[in-house]
Amino acid sequence: MSLKGKAYIVGAWEHPTRKAPDISLMQLHAECAKGALDDAGLSVKDVDGYFCAAGDTPGLGGMSMAEYMGLRLKHYDSTDSGGSSYNLHVGHALMAIATGRCNVALVTLAGRPRSEGVQTGTAPRMGNVQQAELQFEFPYGPATANMYAMAARRHMHEFGTTSEQLAWVKVAASHHAQYNPHAMLPKVVTVEDVVNSPMVADPLHRLDCCVISDGGGALVITKPEIAKSLKRPLVKVIGTGEANKAQWGGRNLDLTYSAGRESGAAAFEMAGVKPSDVKYASIYDSFTITVVMQIEDLGFCKKGEGGKFVSDGNLISGVGKLPFNTDGGGLCSNHPGNRGGMTKVIEAVRQARGEAHPKVQVKDHSIVLAHGTGGSLGTRHVGSTVILERE
Amino acid sequence: MSERVYQFVGTTPGTEPYWDAAKEGKLLLRYNKDDGQPHYYPRQICPYTLSTNLEWREAKGTGVIYTYSIMHAAKPAYVIAYVTLDEGVSMMTNIVDTPFDQIKVGQKVKVVFKDMDDGHKLPCFKVA
Repeated sequence: MSLKGKAYIVGAWEHPTRKAPDISLMQLHAECAKGALDDAGLSVKDVDGYFCAAGDTPGLGGMSMAEYMGLRLKHYDSTDSGGSSYNLHVGHALMAIATGRCNVALVTLAGRPRSEGVQTGTAPRMGNVQQAELQFEFPYGPATANMYAMAARRHMHEFGTTSEQLAWVKVAASHHAQYNPHAMLPKVVTVEDVVNSPMVADPLHRLDCCVISDGGGALVITKPEIAKSLKRPLVKVIGTGEANKAQWGGRNLDLTYSAGRESGAAAFEMAGVKPSDVKYASIYDSFTITVVMQIEDLGFCKKGEGGKFVSDGNLISGVGKLPFNTDGGGLCSNHPGNRGGMTKVIEAVRQARGEAHPKVQVKDHSIVLAHGTGGSLGTRHVGSTVILERE
Repeated sequence: MSERVYQFVGTTPGTEPYWDAAKEGKLLLRYNKDDGQPHYYPRQICPYTLSTNLEWREAKGTGVIYTYSIMHAAKPAYVIAYVTLDEGVSMMTNIVDTPFDQIKVGQKVKVVFKDMDDGHKLPCFKVA
């Protein structure tokens, strides 16, 4: 059975905070849930399916969170794929709804790394010693920034991608962020600003990196009958895909592509549309290189031509061929909990509804896409793609 | 400028020979005896076939830089890299004892062992 169109995103809400020292993590989740349910015109009593990522939800999986919000569930899923979890949850919710396991699915994300002073990008994070790779990796100082930097370096080596080309991703994001009153970095920047910013992990500069922010977001997904009874624009889930990528045992290591190659292909096949049909794309932007690799892997341009594609403003709404991250994305607006997938889906829903900021709203918003990469391009990650249709 | 500290994480059952050999200045690789192929990082079960018919073999200790990044945000700055060994597998490592301007993708490197915080030694690479 095809799952295409068997669920709709009816609620999408992003927490306006970027720094929340006085709000607990669980309260942040719950405020996001309330925001998304209010947006949909539904109540917490309607929720019978809950989706969260174990890693940003205190307690055992989502159990404590479900109790905190008073949820009584028929379907429960705390799958964690890092920053792409929420894209993945859209697909999992679609499956659960289509098979009758639940009727109204709630997805939440929250995090407060800024208030907690987490050195998100530059400090190697110790995992669990039971992770067999840890003893062979942690001593070498792998941090988020230098892992993505190694992917960038190899992309530059194989395809001639330049720092100036990567900088265009940030420039485009900043052009959008200027219209977002909540964006952490609303100032428009130039290619020169990016390449002259301090080097963090060569070849990535400070302005090649996303922001560190508190915040969160939530989605409400439901079956067609309920969606059509609500007052919101109809945003139908027509394609989803997920895939993992790793070092695969060390032979033929290839850091020039991401799991988006497989997750994107699966989502496009399910949706029955092509990359050229997509009018707006939310693309995970932990770093500028992340965007370049993913647009190649999703088929918006050929492998190796991503740098050329993003140059000259092709990602800028109203200017280029592929308007992206019109909220300013992780590079300029926010990256709540170090997990950017949720806000990718939320801005895609805004675009599909025609509710993005008028300065960045795409005219034809019939087909939009939201893609996430969770984990690291330099080691192991999970990609997840969502394609939405405005009905 | 302070010296970089290499923190030993600990072994998991079966990986002790790797770290014992490193103390002797040897880099070991894990091979599947069924097909004679290596993998990295070393496991007790082959990530290609799930065979447990494995053995350790000493690597030549030479290879080329697949990619690298100089971590300028750290003090002191350090160079993380993947080195593709002559045996065909790539390993995460650090490039050490090498001026930053001599570090290039494709550069030939050879293994050197750095003291860790607890007496273990860590395989790193320098320009050959």
